[in-house]
Amino acid sequence: MRIYVPNSAFLGNIEAFVQRLEPTSGDLEVTLNERWVAVHPMVLAMVAAAGAKARRDGATVQIAETPARSLPYLIRMGLYGALGAPAPTDVVAHEAAGRFIPLSQIRTNEDLAEFIIEMIPLLHAPEASDSIKYVVSELVRNVLEHSRSRDGAFVCAQYFATSRRLSVGVADTGRGIRSSLSEHHPVGSDLEAIHLAMQPGITGTSPNFGGNEYNAGAGLFFTKSIARASRNFFVVYSGGALFKLLKGAETADRVLHADSTRDYATRHSDLPEWQGTAIGIDIAIDASATFQQLLDDIYTAYRLEIRSAKKDRFKRARFA
Amino acid sequence: MKTLRVVERAGSFAENKDVAREIRLNEIEPALAAGDEVVLDFKEVELATQSFIHALISAVIRASGPDILDHVVFANCSPTVRRVVEIVVEYSQDDVAPPAGLPPDEVSTGG
Repeated sequence: MRIYVPNSAFLGNIEAFVQRLEPTSGDLEVTLNERWVAVHPMVLAMVAAAGAKARRDGATVQIAETPARSLPYLIRMGLYGALGAPAPTDVVAHEAAGRFIPLSQIRTNEDLAEFIIEMIPLLHAPEASDSIKYVVSELVRNVLEHSRSRDGAFVCAQYFATSRRLSVGVADTGRGIRSSLSEHHPVGSDLEAIHLAMQPGITGTSPNFGGNEYNAGAGLFFTKSIARASRNFFVVYSGGALFKLLKGAETADRVLHADSTRDYATRHSDLPEWQGTAIGIDIAIDASATFQQLLDDIYTAYRLEIRSAKKDRFKRARFA
Repeated sequence: MKTLRVVERAGSFAENKDVAREIRLNEIEPALAAGDEVVLDFKEVELATQSFIHALISAVIRASGPDILDHVVFANCSPTVRRVVEIVVEYSQDDVAPPAGLPPDEVSTGG
């Protein structure tokens, strides 16, 4: 596979990065913009996942000479370590306060539990802790439970204090969403599979709508909703398809749709094949919209869009 | 009455579905089957995922019907935990509409 990392690849313009992927088999060749590189964690997670697959397959991993200005950023985000390549230079650990979570590989539930505990202090953004814990847990568990990825999940995150935005990327080189869902559901295309995966009630582990005792099929809906409720991007890329939830205008309402075909989003179905799944999310850390309020919005969406009849039969949970 | 301290099994961030399932299979379901009331005490649990709460309680509601909630108490929930519990408890009782393409007999009826 050939991956070109441009000077800028965030979720708003992620298509430019994806369209230049060359999914050849075997060796991994990574080239970078000659002047400057600053990218979304999703991009770094994808490069790391592709590197792990290539090394596992016995192929070579080559990373081109890196522009000097970008070296500290890429080294500190863990790119060289994840690719098994020696860093071209030592980085002085200034600003170690970071506000980022470097690339991490998570293979097991125990890895995930340990990672969640360790990652929060790295961000130095306590107001973002609930959101990132929730999102990382749901996304990584999806990989561990559904992807059959032999390398687990690669995770990376960064907090942008000025814009108060938290960006998270998770990538794997497993079987992809279409293959996973096809075990129990008729799926015609990669894009249809992505839409189904975000529909609450659909899970690759059960043919029943509503899931089973272990999976509700609601994790991706919740994650998408967290981005939507804070009017931010959410990207799912699997196979040759990509879904990108758009921010929407500040004045637009924050309606959450259970049916993602109704979301304000861009969709592509003819992109270079990504063998696996990559997800990127941006979350606005807004003092006026707490995580509690995000859950309130999700609760409202469930009640308005998913519930049907028999309201009179409903019982409420008893709290004490 | 059987009281289960969730933090002792799942920590302050309750997200491990395997732990939730173990609690349900080994403690919640046997206690309810014996006619006991179950108190799920979330004191010191700051946050729980929908996946955790689903694995903890959804199958009980779906198998026994909504009336089983008369025998379960969710105690000392933080506002976020409480909201997640409410979501899971509601959809676990629901007759949900399947998306296009799925026949009606594949709809989980919640009971």
